[in-house]
Amino acid sequence: MRITISLAGSAVFFVLLSSLTTVAQQTRVGNLVGNANHGKALYQRYCIFCHGQYGDGNGESAPYLDPKPRDFTKATFKCRSTASGSLPLDTDLYDTISRGIHATGMPSWKPLLRQERVDLVAYIKTFSPRFQEEKPAASLVIPPEPPTSPESVKRGAELFQSMNCWLCHGKQGRGNGPSASSLTDSKGYPITPFDFTSGTRFKCGESDEAIFRDLMTGLDGTPMPSFADALKPDQVWDIAHYIDALRTAKGMPVEAPAEPKVEP
Amino acid sequence: MRIAVVKRIGTQLLLGAALLAAARPAHAIPAFARKYGLPCSACHQAWPMLNNFGQTFKDNGFQLGNDRDSPIYQQPAYWPIMFRVTPTWHRESNNRVALDKVPGDGSSGLVESGTSKSGFDLSAIDVVAAGTLSKNISFFVQPFIGNGGTFLQQSWVRFDNLAGSPWLNVKVGKFELDEVISQERALTLSATGGSYYNYFFTPPGDSNFFGGIGGEPLGVELAGHSDNDYTRYSVAVASSNNGLTGLPSNQTYDVYTNFTQGFEVSRLGLQRVGVYGYFGESPTYFQTRNGTPIPGTGTGNRSFYRAGAYGHWYLGKFDFQTFYEHGYDNVFLGNSVPSNQPSKLPVGAAGPTWNGGFVEAHYTYNPRLIAIGKYELIRMSRQANPTIRGNLGNLDTWTIGYRWYPIMNPRAGLAWVQEYSRIVNAGTAPISGKDDINNSFLMGFDFDF
Repeated sequence: MRITISLAGSAVFFVLLSSLTTVAQQTRVGNLVGNANHGKALYQRYCIFCHGQYGDGNGESAPYLDPKPRDFTKATFKCRSTASGSLPLDTDLYDTISRGIHATGMPSWKPLLRQERVDLVAYIKTFSPRFQEEKPAASLVIPPEPPTSPESVKRGAELFQSMNCWLCHGKQGRGNGPSASSLTDSKGYPITPFDFTSGTRFKCGESDEAIFRDLMTGLDGTPMPSFADALKPDQVWDIAHYIDALRTAKGMPVEAPAEPKVEP
Repeated sequence: MRIAVVKRIGTQLLLGAALLAAARPAHAIPAFARKYGLPCSACHQAWPMLNNFGQTFKDNGFQLGNDRDSPIYQQPAYWPIMFRVTPTWHRESNNRVALDKVPGDGSSGLVESGTSKSGFDLSAIDVVAAGTLSKNISFFVQPFIGNGGTFLQQSWVRFDNLAGSPWLNVKVGKFELDEVISQERALTLSATGGSYYNYFFTPPGDSNFFGGIGGEPLGVELAGHSDNDYTRYSVAVASSNNGLTGLPSNQTYDVYTNFTQGFEVSRLGLQRVGVYGYFGESPTYFQTRNGTPIPGTGTGNRSFYRAGAYGHWYLGKFDFQTFYEHGYDNVFLGNSVPSNQPSKLPVGAAGPTWNGGFVEAHYTYNPRLIAIGKYELIRMSRQANPTIRGNLGNLDTWTIGYRWYPIMNPRAGLAWVQEYSRIVNAGTAPISGKDDINNSFLMGFDFDF
């Protein structure tokens, strides 16, 4: 009798474990559930020439692209709503596929069906065991944005200097700071800091919220760190307002303090 | 006698349309694949047929929209040109042709008999230069080099995303009209099966100088689309001169308009419906000198239109394109009678009307293999001259085939093509007035690089 109960208990445990594993693997965006098998066919049609058969970013076109295509086997993604170092949420990957990554070879795949994009997310997650072994951190909660004002832009400009953003992005946000030429990504490829004055969209979205999120989560796989522990939300909003002002000004002067002297 | 003449004209028109279609190369553009490092399959369900991503790219002015589209981002070695050649072997047969009873003896009288021709062929060399001149200014130049000579098939400049909106794009030049089921991108190549007859049809004996919905007129187009291209519209105004450069043969303008809406059905695919209309006028006579028409002086204009609806339906790997057209030509056009001589109209004359359509089905096994089946028909509903037999002008065509793409990469594409097609033109046999049937078998390569 005891053996029977033990067997039954093991069976229940096994079923529960299986269902938990299934939940962990399932890809869901809204009410759409991803299917990795369908995603594989789509990946082979649309993605394989850049990201490669094994998802390692070594597709046939990869040598000609700058920056290089993402290596999915590392499960390191720039555009996330989760903390630095964490896996992205399914919605983060979905949004990246839909939006594309500006100023790279990654276009917007919005013309694909929503279901197809979710299927692609499901397949991309199969390239790294991290998606089986870990769960993404909780999504960043973005507090309400305070109104933009000359004062907030000025405070943002001061923070831009004091937090050493200028070392990479340059005094006027042109992506030409003193460290810019020596930066590399996590795979050792040279990487260029973003030129905020180009007037174009940012890599992970063009809203102030997107800038706030990038500052809080960092861009994993690049030298851009997270400032979640170093700045208060209001300060992050100030920097976001300053960066947005740089973009809107498209190279015209935006009030900013003089460049600090670099100690030799 | 008049009926015989009409039949002959009808046959010539149909053959002319078929030849025109055979000479009309479709295109995929490896120049874009080279530029962006994308495979053909990213933009084409099976090239040259576009998928929605490719259609969006085209509608964006050949831009992906990630600020890497301008020529300044390209390596100096980049060359925005592609070539297409289609070496084939094909056999064409016709069951009722008027032949001399004794070959070579024109006085021996005519008999009706079948003919067949076969051999290796090279339909044409297609050259396309296309891309962006700068952000939001795109261009397309397509000279055509074939047995029929060299001419400019398309040449246009497009100003994209005016006022920052995808809903405002203006194209000027000589261009393909915005057919969602594109004649230029037909998957079939054969003389009989490589055309959409509804796009070019005019009734037998009709004098309408109509270039066809599938033609490339000269004019201006306003077009727009949503971000994902599910909603699209276009309005084009073009000279009614069948896309010929130089002074128009007549002094009228045609208007073409198209509206389409796509909607998602989750696991089945993107479904699309649309409506279109082509409205215009054509001259019924010209000013003359010593009885010879003076080009560009066409007058006595009379109206015509083509209008209908279409759909594109996906059931997973199956998809079906459905197309319906209703056509009308003015009574003077239909009877080839100058509008200043109405007394020459036959008793009971009327503007000819007809209905037509096609269903084209595809099974896309994978991006490298697609099977094709097509059925098209045209049915006259009213003849211009009541003495003409009611079914003259009716036609039925069937085409089956497949395309296999052993090479498909960002630099070149090679397709192996096999197809069989058959057309039945009702009552157009030159002597007996029976149905005229053409069969066409084609196999060969479609090489894009």
